[in-house]
Amino acid sequence: MEAYLSLFIRSIFIDNMALAFFLGMCTFLAISKKIGAAFGLGIAVVVVQTITVPVNNLLYTYVLADGALAWAGLPNVDLSFLGLITYIGVIAALVQILEMVLDKYVPALYNALGVFLPLITVNCAILGGSLFMVERDYNFAESVVFGAGSGVGWALAITALAGIREKMKYSDVPDGLRGLGITFITVGLMSLGFMSFGGIDL
Amino acid sequence: MKVKELLFAPIFSNNPIALQILGICSALAVTSSLKVTVVMCIALTTVTAFSNLFVSLVRNHAPGNIRIIIQMTIIASLVIVVDQVLKAFAYEISKQLSVFVGLIITNCIVMGRAEAFAMKNPPLPSFLDGVGNGFGYSAILLGLAFIRELFGTGSLYGYQILPLATEGGWYVPNGMLLLPPSAFFLIGLFIWGIRAWKKDQVEEVDYKMAPNTKPLPKEA
Repeated sequence: MEAYLSLFIRSIFIDNMALAFFLGMCTFLAISKKIGAAFGLGIAVVVVQTITVPVNNLLYTYVLADGALAWAGLPNVDLSFLGLITYIGVIAALVQILEMVLDKYVPALYNALGVFLPLITVNCAILGGSLFMVERDYNFAESVVFGAGSGVGWALAITALAGIREKMKYSDVPDGLRGLGITFITVGLMSLGFMSFGGIDL
Repeated sequence: MKVKELLFAPIFSNNPIALQILGICSALAVTSSLKVTVVMCIALTTVTAFSNLFVSLVRNHAPGNIRIIIQMTIIASLVIVVDQVLKAFAYEISKQLSVFVGLIITNCIVMGRAEAFAMKNPPLPSFLDGVGNGFGYSAILLGLAFIRELFGTGSLYGYQILPLATEGGWYVPNGMLLLPPSAFFLIGLFIWGIRAWKKDQVEEVDYKMAPNTKPLPKEA
C-alpha cells in the first residue's frame, strides 16, 4: 500500500508530467488563459489518463510484449514494435467512447468538458503516460495509480498556470515578451518551484 | 508557391515553435545535449516531410470525417519506422531520447501541418512545407541545445570546448542550464529576440490600463 501511495505522490509532484517532462505543452500553453477552462481540461485529462494507462498496460502485457501471446499458443511472437500505433489507437478510441458515454448519461459533465475531450487525443501527456508505463515496467495496479497520479499532476500544473496568467494580464510586459514569451518564463519559474520537491525521497 | 518561400518562411517569419505554438514538448526535453538534439531534428523533419507527402497524396480519396484517423495512421506508421531504424543503428541515442521518439506522433507540428497544409495542397509543395517546418523546429532546437550544452557542461557535441575548473581549466559549468526550467527561460528569451526583430509578431494586449483618472471628490 505504501509503495502505491509514494508512487502516487511521486507522479503528482516530483515527476510532474508538465513541469518535469514537458508533456502536453501545446495544450498547456494554449488553454491556460482562464481558470475555468484550464480546470475543465485538467479533469478531462485525469479521467482519460486513469483509463488509458491501465488499458494499454493490459494490452502490452497480454498481446504486445515479447512472448505475451503464449496464452494463444504463440510463445515466440514479439509484437512490441506495434506499440506506438496500438496506444494511439486505444487513446483515440477511448476518447471517442468516453465522449459518447458522457453525452448519453452525464450530459452536464459532457457540456462542461465541451471541446476539450477530442483535443485530448493529441495531448502528448496521455501518450507519454502510456509510453512511460511501458518503459518503467509498471504492473496493472501500479499503472492505475500512475495514470491517476500523473493526470492529477498535469491538472494541478495547468490550473496553477491559469491562475498566474489571469493575474498577469494586468501587468505591463515588454512588447516582444507579451503573450507567449512571458508565459514560457512563468512556466520556467513554476518548474523551478516544482523542482524543490525533487529532494523528497519516497 | 515558391520553393524558397516554402522552405525558409517557417524558420523565422512563421516559426512553428515561436509563433504557431506547435511541437513544444520535445523542444524542451531533448535539448540538454547537442548530439541527441541533432538526431531528434532529423527524425522529426523526416516524419513531417513524409507524412505531409503521403497525406497530400491521399487527400482527395479520404472522406472528411475520418481524415484524422487516416492522418494518425500514416504518422504512427512513419514514426514506427523511424523508431526501429534508430533502435537498429543508434541504440545509445534512442535510449537517451526514451519516449520522445514515440511522442513525435502527438507532436503538433506533424498533425498541424498535415491538417493545415497537406490537406489542401499537391504532394510536392506539401513535402517542401514539411521540410521547411522541420527546419524551423530544428533551428530553435539546435540553438537551445548549443547554449545548454556549451554553458552547461563546457562541451559541444561531446568534445570539451571550455576547460572545466574541476579538471584544471578555468570554466565553472552552469549546472542550472541542464535542468528543465532553463529550457523554458531560453525559449522565452528566443521568442523575445525574434519578436524584437520582427515587430509584426508581437501579440495584442488583451487588457489595457486606463489612463490615470483624478481621485473622486471627497464627500463632505
